[in-house]
Amino acid sequence: MAAYLDNAATTPLGDPARQAMAEVYDARLGNPSGAHRLARRAQQVLDEARDVVAEAVGGVAPGDIVFTSGGTEADNLAIAGVVDRVGGVAVCPAAEHHAVLHPVQQRQGRVVGHTADGLVDLDSLTAALDEHVTIVSVMAVNNENGMIQPLEPIRELIDRHAPNAVLHTDAVQAAPWLDLADHTAPADLVSLTGHKLHGPAGCGALAVRNGVELAPQLVGGGQERGRRAGTHNVAGIAGLAAALGAIPAARPHTTDQVAARRDRLADGLLAAVPDTVETGRRAGKIPGNCHLCFAGIESEALLFLLEADEVYASAAASCSSGAQEPSHVLAAMGVDRRLAQGSLRLSLAATTTAAEIEHCLTVLPPAVARLRAHAIA
Amino acid sequence: MSGDPVMVAMSGGVDSSVAAARLVAQGRHVVGVTLKLWGGASDSGCCSVSDVDDARRVAQQLGIDHHVFNFGDDFDRHVVTPYVEAHVDGRTPNPCIQCNRHLKFDRLLRRARALGFERIATGHHARIVEGPSDHESDRRPMRHIGRGADPAKDQSYVLYMLDQAQLACLELPIGHLAKDEVRAEAARLGLRTAHKPDSQDVCFITATGGRSAFLGERVELTPGRVVDGTGAEVGRVDAVQLVTIGQRKGLRTAGGGAARYVTSVDLATSTITVGSRRDLLDDHTTLHELQWAHGPVTGPVTAQVSAHGRADHAHITGDRVRWDEPHQRVAPGQSVVLYRDDVVLGGGIAA
Repeated sequence: MAAYLDNAATTPLGDPARQAMAEVYDARLGNPSGAHRLARRAQQVLDEARDVVAEAVGGVAPGDIVFTSGGTEADNLAIAGVVDRVGGVAVCPAAEHHAVLHPVQQRQGRVVGHTADGLVDLDSLTAALDEHVTIVSVMAVNNENGMIQPLEPIRELIDRHAPNAVLHTDAVQAAPWLDLADHTAPADLVSLTGHKLHGPAGCGALAVRNGVELAPQLVGGGQERGRRAGTHNVAGIAGLAAALGAIPAARPHTTDQVAARRDRLADGLLAAVPDTVETGRRAGKIPGNCHLCFAGIESEALLFLLEADEVYASAAASCSSGAQEPSHVLAAMGVDRRLAQGSLRLSLAATTTAAEIEHCLTVLPPAVARLRAHAIA
Repeated sequence: MSGDPVMVAMSGGVDSSVAAARLVAQGRHVVGVTLKLWGGASDSGCCSVSDVDDARRVAQQLGIDHHVFNFGDDFDRHVVTPYVEAHVDGRTPNPCIQCNRHLKFDRLLRRARALGFERIATGHHARIVEGPSDHESDRRPMRHIGRGADPAKDQSYVLYMLDQAQLACLELPIGHLAKDEVRAEAARLGLRTAHKPDSQDVCFITATGGRSAFLGERVELTPGRVVDGTGAEVGRVDAVQLVTIGQRKGLRTAGGGAARYVTSVDLATSTITVGSRRDLLDDHTTLHELQWAHGPVTGPVTAQVSAHGRADHAHITGDRVRWDEPHQRVAPGQSVVLYRDDVVLGGGIAA
């Protein structure tokens, strides 16, 4: 028995995406920038994918969907694209994904604080806003703690204190769970990626609303209306669109089912493992996130034991060597560093079965108990 | 699978690659781990991403799981910080010994046990020598670290701190091989590390910056005077903290005459005293933090004061090593390792 509970890292490819990608490959389509029939067919696949993505994101013309190589590129294009174009200062909260945090820091931007539940500290944000700020980036759902960040209050503060700023949101973790048209409506720029929603990795998009102008970060053949050069990943884009397009119909059922399984998992672990802290507020999270800190252990050792029983999960970010690094998200929330050392993210998807949850509930409590018995090891 | 499961520390070098390969060949359940110890600049050591890549690729070739353990906090606490403090206090630290003591044979061993591995292995050039017990009441075999088969690569010196409990769960699969044989075996197995150069020196000190750059970022380095036995100034140094007893080079003394050696370092007055080789000779060295593989030993030994230095004849009594022939003064902080018949009895740190 195995339990894959690392869906916030990447999800298994779903049938809609697999089928759409297979069709593109099997049809041996051309380069959509070409002039012949096979090129035009590829162009048609692209155009239709743009329609689907624009529809899912809402409030954006299909021509303002910029396809990218994934969420990281979309985030970089948003931050660097705005600052390089109009200058000024970028602002983001400390618990952003590094794909936002690093471009902001690289441009001497301002990093603001969080409250203990993981949401943006609005006072801290207000203090960072002024007429020099040209972009504020706030993720719709945090990848570690799963907390949903309401964007309307952020938009209101920007309109009041930073009249020259646009709002970007990294909605990579939100897309499977939230109605993007509704939740991201206050944002001008929205990042997406395929592999968090049962689509392919290596394919994402930046939705550009309200005529925001971007300096391209990749120049060359002028694709994506000059905003992102490079031959289109037609199959990947078709897969992304198919995966995204399949979400809304399934969402009510998926949400209920995943939330019930997550609750069973979280409640079961909280009951079975003493000295365990649930991160954030469950009511404010996406259904797929269960984030716990086990006092007195190290997640690196826990992941090893879980893997031995085929439970696949993650802790904080891994560095390029593969070593576990302390979580900047938990640090931003003020979680004690020693407690944060025992953090574990169990992330569910529509594909997560009840049996996987039960397997994890069987395996995890004795693993924590074993590590505690060996003290800090 | 046969035999006990074993966790092998893989640095990404050829020695630990072959150590892992030999354990796999025994049909054991083997898991490879690479310790991430140092997050800063590095060009030679065991902590860089490319070394982790090499360890991982070798593990893939061998068909074993590979994990990275981040022991950076402990490395800072037990190795880097004491290394800096030792320089401030005028001692000559041995960070590789501290790393073995605190990271490989304490932290990793505890981690391994917590994960269900009672045995760990490393690619050190040293052997585990088993002998009959010399105790009436305890008949378990007595273990010692013995010198590696390759005299030029012997690493028994840096393993002197191991006690019976640690020796009982340690395996050194390549200690009986010469370095050439290790490389030949790696080449025969097609391991990508077969021709990788040996790591040099301290892993967290870069070749370009050296100790002065590393320490200069962390503590204030103070220039000092170099004086002879009469107190007359004969030179200057940029950083007294970097000067070690017995040092000959880098003193900027006026040329000519007999070679001058550092005979004492006084950090309080930033004064280095130099003298002849004879001024540097001692008839004994006092040790502290003595550790024994199997209880204290008295009597004739050979004693070695650096990783690849010569072992000289001496007698150990209590905490005092009495040299048979006058011996160059041992810099405070250096480890003195005591052998008998090429077997490590124990050691201590020069006072």
